[in-house]
Amino acid sequence: MNKKARQYTVVQALAAMSIALFLLTFLLVPVLNVVYIAVADGNGSLTLSHFGAFFGISLMQESFWNSLIVALASVFFASIIALPLAYLTIRFEFRGALLIQTLGVLPLIMPPFVGAVAMQLIFGRSGSVNLLLNDWFGIAIPMMEGLTGVIFVESLHYFPFILLNLTVALNNIDSAMEESAQNLGAHGLRLFRRIVFPLAMPGYIAGASLVFIKVFDDLGTPLVLNVTNMLAPQAYLRITSVGLEDPIGYVISVIMVAFSLSALWLSARVLKGKDYSTTQRGGSSLMRRRLTLVQSLLAYGWIGLLLLLVLSPHIGIVLLSLAKVWSFSILPDAFTLDHYRTVLVDSPRMIVNTLLYCGLAALLDVVLGTAIAYLILRTRVPGRQALDFMASAALAIPGIVLAIGYLRTFKGITLPGTNDPVTTLWIMIAIAYAIRRLPYALRSCMAALQQVSVSLEEAAENLGATKARTIRRIVIPLMAGGILAGFVTSFITAAVELSATIMLTTTQSDAPMSYGIYLYMQSIAGRGPGAALGVLAVIIVAVGTYFSHRIISSRASQTGIHAKLE
Amino acid sequence: MKPGQVECKNIVLAYGATQVLKGITLTVKPGEFFALLGPSGSGKSTLLRLIAGFNFAQSGQLTVDGSDITQTPPWQRNIGMVFQNYALWPHMTVERNVAFGLEERKTSRAEIAMRVKDVLALVGLTDFAQRRPNQLSGGQQQRVALARTLAIEPKVLLLDEPLSNLDAKLRVQMRQELKSLQRRLGITTIFVTHDQEEALTTCDRIAVMDQGVIQQIGTPMELYDSPVNRFVANFVGTINFIEGDVEHTPTGSTFLSDLLGKIALPAITPDRATTRAALALRPHTINIIAEPSSPTGASRGSINVPGNILEREFLGEFVRYRINANGTELIVDQLHQVGSEIHATGTNVILEIPPKALRLIW
Repeated sequence: MNKKARQYTVVQALAAMSIALFLLTFLLVPVLNVVYIAVADGNGSLTLSHFGAFFGISLMQESFWNSLIVALASVFFASIIALPLAYLTIRFEFRGALLIQTLGVLPLIMPPFVGAVAMQLIFGRSGSVNLLLNDWFGIAIPMMEGLTGVIFVESLHYFPFILLNLTVALNNIDSAMEESAQNLGAHGLRLFRRIVFPLAMPGYIAGASLVFIKVFDDLGTPLVLNVTNMLAPQAYLRITSVGLEDPIGYVISVIMVAFSLSALWLSARVLKGKDYSTTQRGGSSLMRRRLTLVQSLLAYGWIGLLLLLVLSPHIGIVLLSLAKVWSFSILPDAFTLDHYRTVLVDSPRMIVNTLLYCGLAALLDVVLGTAIAYLILRTRVPGRQALDFMASAALAIPGIVLAIGYLRTFKGITLPGTNDPVTTLWIMIAIAYAIRRLPYALRSCMAALQQVSVSLEEAAENLGATKARTIRRIVIPLMAGGILAGFVTSFITAAVELSATIMLTTTQSDAPMSYGIYLYMQSIAGRGPGAALGVLAVIIVAVGTYFSHRIISSRASQTGIHAKLE
Repeated sequence: MKPGQVECKNIVLAYGATQVLKGITLTVKPGEFFALLGPSGSGKSTLLRLIAGFNFAQSGQLTVDGSDITQTPPWQRNIGMVFQNYALWPHMTVERNVAFGLEERKTSRAEIAMRVKDVLALVGLTDFAQRRPNQLSGGQQQRVALARTLAIEPKVLLLDEPLSNLDAKLRVQMRQELKSLQRRLGITTIFVTHDQEEALTTCDRIAVMDQGVIQQIGTPMELYDSPVNRFVANFVGTINFIEGDVEHTPTGSTFLSDLLGKIALPAITPDRATTRAALALRPHTINIIAEPSSPTGASRGSINVPGNILEREFLGEFVRYRINANGTELIVDQLHQVGSEIHATGTNVILEIPPKALRLIW
């Protein structure tokens, strides 16, 4: 027992402490500060009066219910889109698998608020579709009005989360699970309902809770669609118009955090002890069948319709970026490259800023992610579980809440030697990005490290390598695919982040692209350049995704270790 | 339920250009404990899955009790299968797992409850009905898988390497349990394994498979004593081959080899295109006597040849020697008892080979 008294090294403890310090400063303290202000009465004692005031305002009540309805409805519609697609890919031999994969990625590379503008032009009251419907049938469908519009945009944007999680879960089911049920007399839908779907349930729950959180937290989409009677826009408006001292903004923040946390907690509770994928694995994946003609027609019809819907914001934004005038017409009247010129002349700085902030944030994320993963999986440093918990909890903190926390916590603190307030520094944007994306990077790094057998490290130590050398020469190279996947995920999701950006950007010269797009989109005249900037953002994200995918899969084939882009 | 008779008639199955089953014909009699024995890739699991309905033959016929089920989907076959990894559904309790097949058959609630209770008692898991599969040990999971399959009272029971996921001790115990359970229920059982000891000890008859072809079907003793070819001889137990040529003379057949010289073959062998063949003999049939003691064995009718001990392994019940006899390497097992003679490596010895133990193999 003596030897086991201290089961960690000084370096490990120092690493754990520095990570803890970072997370405390930039995550826990700011968020707790927000919570504190929501329940403090200004004289140092606690009160629920701010909450009372919140529910006393009818607009706030309305916003509360609206946010809840939008989030739940988006989960519902995203499920309706994703379920048949997942079922098709795993169940049938058919050529559309690549199409479905594309479908599953396309929405993610464009921020929902950018897509929302384009969707208004296509599906809005005087958008292309309604103009056509009016011409042909004399009707109009108000699908972009108010909450409906938000739900429409959000479910179309976030269904991939359900699709990806569900497909992975279904693929991980051992074919023997299904065969044994057939052997005992079950088949068809009954077999699916009793065996296959329950086994895939954890994947579905994980995806659905993510969608709920994302939609509940989204600020950009409602703002762009001019829907302000929801929680996130209200928090933004209260803080930016009434001021940083207004307690209602903090109350909204606390409610948003509470909902996100409960969604996470609920899904964790439901999933507890239900990781079916790894418990029994021996055979191949589920049996695939050929589609009959009718089934094929239905499947391709559904996929085609979805593809059209999913592509519409992309097509719309490209058209908008090239349109001289596009108003009350099915397609733009004339085309021009002026908007791109405007953007490249006016704001090359924004593109550089995005690359800089997101690159820094992603780098920070994978460094932290790798370190935390190593501390958790390979050491016995006390408090390592707390690090994991803190880093993962960032998933439940809306960008706007984190930003408000920063503004409040670091208020009045200036950079040593200058008069610049810390909150106006661009590095704060990068740090906010890093904190927000840390859960993704961490999960990716954890998965990568779990695939590295401990015996590989022990073999290196046995041959004389120190712990540090082993990490450098064995662990990191073997984790490289997962680390890169984590970097890319962090980078591309940070590039389209708006809610923290919008609060933390103080000067035009420090603004990243997402802020620029939003700013342009505020005016009718700015839509063209905004769309052009949006197209550039999508291209940067898409190129990044493509190349990292290439690198990861070529590495995977070399080492036999597979990492996946989340 | 009355045990079923399984018949495979010339079954051929190919994946693309590779034939996995090349014309399998066999009959499993009602109530028989039958083994499909072979190395991995021999097609034994493919054949089992075909009987269960998870693979379909390109040609040939599969019948149970005379009725053709070649094209019947798995859920209508009433052939129970225990999967190698048990395939217990983790989202259901032991009781729900076992009840599943009966529920699919629309059995009444009362009867399901009764039957579940009965089969759980049969495998000794009455107290575990409310557990989840992941709360059970490997052996217990195996029993649940068995109970789940037996609950539907299948005509035929298929076991896909059921013991391979258990540790050595448990494997022997489960093997005996399986055998006594099968005897008690009298259910036709087909057992896939790559472990010859498992097949020899538990099964009534064995089909030895290699490369998609059945090499030999017989009782364990027939396979061991009279293997029809080198593959079977080698796969079922350890064996020595003495290479040589068969010669046919009007008075009978003889076998000419470097090691044994010319000896008469006990039976008339049919004429073949090649004369090249081998005499097979089991390691324990050879007796070692230390030089220079008198060749007593010759008087008992055995053939004596000199040998030199190359290597020795102590296996407990016996000592296994690797011996060079006139350029032919032989494996010889000598029973071991306290005080019995051990020969050192390098020593010259005399080997007594009884002609009765020799089997001609082409």
